Amino acid sequence: MNALSLRQLNKTYPGGVTALKDVDLDVPPGDFFGLLGPNGAGKTTIIGIVASLVRPTSGSVSVFGHDIGRNPWEAKSNLGLVPQEFNFNQFETVSQIVLNQAGYYGIDRRTARERAERYLRELDLWGKRDASSRSLSGGMKRRLMIARALIHEPRLLILDEPTAGVDIELRRSMWDFLRQMNERGTTIILTTHYLEEAESLCRNIGIIDGGQIVENTDVRTLLSKLKSQSFLLDISAPVSQLPELPDFYVVPIDERTIEVEIHGEQTLTDLFTHLNGSGVTVTSMKNKSNRLEELFVRMLGKHETPAVTEEA
Amino acid sequence: MAALYPAYPRQTLTALRTLAWKETQRYLRIWVQTLVPPAITMTLYFIIFGNLIGSRVGPMDGYSFMEFIAPGIIMMAVITNSYTNVVSSFFGAKFQRHIEELLVSPTPNYVILAGYVAGGVGRGLFTGLIVTIIASFFADLSIHSVPVTVSVVFLTAVLFSIGGFLNGMFAKKFDDIAIVPTFILTPLTYLGGVFYSVSLLPDFWQGLSLANPILYMVNAFRYGILGSSDIPLGIAYTLVLAFIVAGTWLSLWLLQRGTGLRS
Repeated sequence: MNALSLRQLNKTYPGGVTALKDVDLDVPPGDFFGLLGPNGAGKTTIIGIVASLVRPTSGSVSVFGHDIGRNPWEAKSNLGLVPQEFNFNQFETVSQIVLNQAGYYGIDRRTARERAERYLRELDLWGKRDASSRSLSGGMKRRLMIARALIHEPRLLILDEPTAGVDIELRRSMWDFLRQMNERGTTIILTTHYLEEAESLCRNIGIIDGGQIVENTDVRTLLSKLKSQSFLLDISAPVSQLPELPDFYVVPIDERTIEVEIHGEQTLTDLFTHLNGSGVTVTSMKNKSNRLEELFVRMLGKHETPAVTEEA
Repeated sequence: MAALYPAYPRQTLTALRTLAWKETQRYLRIWVQTLVPPAITMTLYFIIFGNLIGSRVGPMDGYSFMEFIAPGIIMMAVITNSYTNVVSSFFGAKFQRHIEELLVSPTPNYVILAGYVAGGVGRGLFTGLIVTIIASFFADLSIHSVPVTVSVVFLTAVLFSIGGFLNGMFAKKFDDIAIVPTFILTPLTYLGGVFYSVSLLPDFWQGLSLANPILYMVNAFRYGILGSSDIPLGIAYTLVLAFIVAGTWLSLWLLQRGTGLRS
């Protein structure tokens, strides 16, 4: 039984904009699934439909085998949502927000209090439990939405751009938290603009474009489709004294840095052998770009690079 | 439409209790905005209309003017506050988008409606009680029929809470939540026999007044307190109950469709 199953999901918004076309998607239990796609591709529409915030034009959604229309209580109790935008009551305290959410899932107050303490502590919000939610920093607000989504202990957690606009340190700690959640058995689906995030966290990836799933596979297979990789090398000799590297595409970056693209069957050993034979020492090396991002841009056939630094 | 018997009764009750208590906490938290203004406004009504002007008006339907207007003013507070509470809170939840907390949860639609209505009824009755206490300083209020008084005030609070809910469902901007209270609710309340007996009006206006549902509630409540009414009690109950049923059905239908909530 899949954690999430979408069958022939279609959505046409009033006004005629078609957001989804016959989307079929299965996410197995325990997966860490990344849903990627450019702005307007249909990611948020999919999540909206799964979370009952958007009505599908046709098609069905089931969560752990429960159809959201026919068995809403069972389906929704298995699902936790962390939306993209802050959507809690600005006038309530952190505790009130998570406790009320527990109540909406039919969880008694005593159990809710125990869980609230556990999740607020885990997300480093316990000290702020009596603070008004509007007084929290952006990162805290985002963690509050995670705590709220976990209070009914869903088996499937969906996060829509969870780390958009948060600083690097917090992003890393959220990654660790999500990895732990996944290791403990929670299926996680996230949409993200940060392709590094998807590459680092997700086991499987679906790419959506123009309302259709254009790719759905595991990260390794996806990356193997990328035939070339670029590396930045810092070298001991000035670039002007660099020997010919006939099989490699080399671009000088500055006095002692070059960019080298390696294709198909070529290996780094080939490159180093060439350089070593000419007496050039490589002092350091790094992968030039996020590979998944490279692939993403190529697959979608678009020239603009997705926003990788800040959420639009 | 929801099943008559919930699949998860205990959990459904917890959800209802949570939402009703949250709504109660909301109007108690902002008591300066919710409970104090009606106390001040209604005190002014009693002083100006009841005391200063009323002493020169003479008896109305056989009661002193102060005695006559007291039930109407209490009812006015109940109507306004029930309606305002739900429309403000529900539209606020839509505007801030925290209504999504409920929409993603398994809370059934009828619990969402009942929870908001509970908040509105609570504030309406609380305000009604405050105004009754104030009224008792100005008039000797002895209740003629407790069952009528209590049932009418309760049903009226329910009806206007549902009205506020419907207004909140349709509202797209803040203007929309002010238009109905300003242009419909307030005129109907003032023309609903709060300050006068409709028997004073010429026939045409008397007939027209009978199309005003608030007239029936004010008069039924006045009957409960004083034992006198311009209209038969049975009609008042029938009308209020019919409006409640229709309003509930419409609210649940709109919730099911997701009007203004789900795109």
